[in-house]
Amino acid sequence: MQAKRVTFQRTALPLALLAPQLAVTGIFFLWPAYQAMRQSLYQEDAFGLKVVFSGLTNFYDLAVDPTYLASLLTTLVFSLSVAAVSLSFGLLLAVLADGVGRGSKFYQLFLVWPYAVAPAVSGVLWVYMFDPSIGPITKLLRVVGIDWNHQIHSGQALALIVMASCAKQIAYNFLFFLAGLQSIPKSLLEAAALDAAGPIRRFFTIQFPLLTPTSFFLLVVNMVYAFFETFGVIDATTYGGPGQSTNILVYRVFNDGFKNQRIGASAAESVVLLAIVAVFTFIQFRYVERKVEY
Amino acid sequence: MSLKSVFKFTASALLSLAALSAQAAPIKIQWWHAMNGPLGEKVEKLAKDFNASQTAYEIDPVFKGTYPEAMTGAIAAFRAHQQPAIVQVFEVGTATMMAAKGAVYPVYQLMKDEGQPFDEKSFIPAVTSYYSDTQGNLLSFPFNSSTPVLYINKTQFTKAGLDPSKLPATWPEVEADAKKLRAAGIACGLTTAWPSWVLVENFHALHNLPLGTMENGFAGLGTRLEINDPLEVKLWTELTAMQKDKEFDYGGRADSAQAKFDSGNCGMMMESSASRAAIIAAKIDYAMGPLPYMPEVKGAPLNSIIGGATLWVLKGVPKEQYKGVAEFFSYLSKPEVQAWWHQNTGYLPITNAAYELSKSQGFYDKNPGADVAIKQMTRGTPTPNSRGLRFGSFLQIRDIIEGQLEVVLTGKKTPQQGLDDAVTQSNALLAQFEAANK
Repeated sequence: MQAKRVTFQRTALPLALLAPQLAVTGIFFLWPAYQAMRQSLYQEDAFGLKVVFSGLTNFYDLAVDPTYLASLLTTLVFSLSVAAVSLSFGLLLAVLADGVGRGSKFYQLFLVWPYAVAPAVSGVLWVYMFDPSIGPITKLLRVVGIDWNHQIHSGQALALIVMASCAKQIAYNFLFFLAGLQSIPKSLLEAAALDAAGPIRRFFTIQFPLLTPTSFFLLVVNMVYAFFETFGVIDATTYGGPGQSTNILVYRVFNDGFKNQRIGASAAESVVLLAIVAVFTFIQFRYVERKVEY
Repeated sequence: MSLKSVFKFTASALLSLAALSAQAAPIKIQWWHAMNGPLGEKVEKLAKDFNASQTAYEIDPVFKGTYPEAMTGAIAAFRAHQQPAIVQVFEVGTATMMAAKGAVYPVYQLMKDEGQPFDEKSFIPAVTSYYSDTQGNLLSFPFNSSTPVLYINKTQFTKAGLDPSKLPATWPEVEADAKKLRAAGIACGLTTAWPSWVLVENFHALHNLPLGTMENGFAGLGTRLEINDPLEVKLWTELTAMQKDKEFDYGGRADSAQAKFDSGNCGMMMESSASRAAIIAAKIDYAMGPLPYMPEVKGAPLNSIIGGATLWVLKGVPKEQYKGVAEFFSYLSKPEVQAWWHQNTGYLPITNAAYELSKSQGFYDKNPGADVAIKQMTRGTPTPNSRGLRFGSFLQIRDIIEGQLEVVLTGKKTPQQGLDDAVTQSNALLAQFEAANK
């Protein structure tokens, strides 16, 4: 990889140029992260009237909570499913849309649209479509013999939140994959076609390898999305149930902090979540990025 | 008139005008609430009528979202010293508010300090006892209270060959009717909204069983849950058996089960008495009755317990506002105001006088079923088991209880195991709450 190096004479200008980004990172990431770490070491009541240093008690409480471990496993299954489903569907749709000649703009527009739907609105729509007694999709499923009731069947509940979380992300992935596909020189594909390589072979030997930087970027972004940004979907659909079956880590943080006012516990949970995602991202950069060809 | 004297005159006129308006400007009092739609309009009207009734104070109602949002919003505001004088808090937030001694101004204290006449005996005991301390002092002002009742779909009862004028009174009768409804092809026999509130909290009150130690938490922070008693196990066992054939069909947490009944997919539903208006709007031919009970339990059924919300007064707002708050609460307690609120919202009247007034106005003759809730609330004398409950982190404990019920209903756990696990998990939270609020 070649990179152009720009050298500045003095340090003031580059610092000034970096300042906005540094400020954003400081205010919206470092400061809250520091606050979370500090609060995780305290026990306090909702109103903040009694704040007592409690050391690692909040972390200990998590470690001995059997539902927390279960929640961790659920989160891994959920996040991997969301990343796998939304990446593969995004790619599939991008390949199909890329192959369309006439009216391609039309398809592209409609495939990107779901991204513009507000999460709360889409949550409400999913709840309605799959409502166990009045949902139109539930009624269709009943015709083919599936008794859909995600309020008591944990597998169905997990499937529902994966679908609801992917809907938006597929559109996002589609956009990036399509841009990636369109930047692949046509001459390469034409040359391969002349050598009698079919569309599937062309995809796996040319397009997919050239898409690896995009895929890697999207993998990281999708995992972060699944870990951090999905509590809204869960709050709109399953509330973490049935049982604890869709109670993923970020929903616990949200629930404990905002609904239950257990600030110390919520802070400890968010610190653990932060650590998990940091490790995950590190692994992705360390091992998966090696397979990326820029 | 010389120019100078014109100036003089204008200046003095302006000054006196300013003085006048300073004197006349009412003291604004913020009231944060969680009532939207038609209920929000009723809240606005209450404030407007009070403001018109006097000139010293102006109640300013502000809609703050859902119950949890209003409560957390007020708490965050308190932390930032921007709190409103009055905030509406739902019943499960009671323990959190109560524990915050430095943040809340108990209502009985406020009324005494401000010299407002306040007779706690004029209130309905089953309503006020939920929000009183162990000495019987009222801590927050009961605003909108409801209690769960049984609704039936009369059309479906007739279809199933049942008498729609005879509501099932006991659990065996409910089960028998549910079987007949299913046999007649109705998608579900019975469902319930607010599963923990109805099937655990009220079920215990009705049968005079404790939900937790230390008088359901009224007597202190050291309380622990004990809902895994044989009668609750029996109820969950029967519900699990009924779930198999959808004689009972679980409808989700909070009030999502109402969709089943309102869409005509369920013959019976247990739900808040305040949902009557929604059921009428859904054009269901309904009848209302008290919650079913287990006939083998001696002394059952006792009074049911309430849900809904109360108004808490927060400390730390400018001193002159508190007199206005006290006057506003006196206004809200007036029989005609209470009766209007009760008749137009479906919430319970909080004073006996308002109930009597509604009776004499013929409200219950014109609205059959509207008095089921209050009759159920006022039967017998509340015991420590039927007075209410006061557990910290209770919003989350409800999630735990309902989560366990969901697992039990699919047969993955026995009812005993599910209830035992609910108790263990809830008690861990109660211990944490105790430690944080000691």
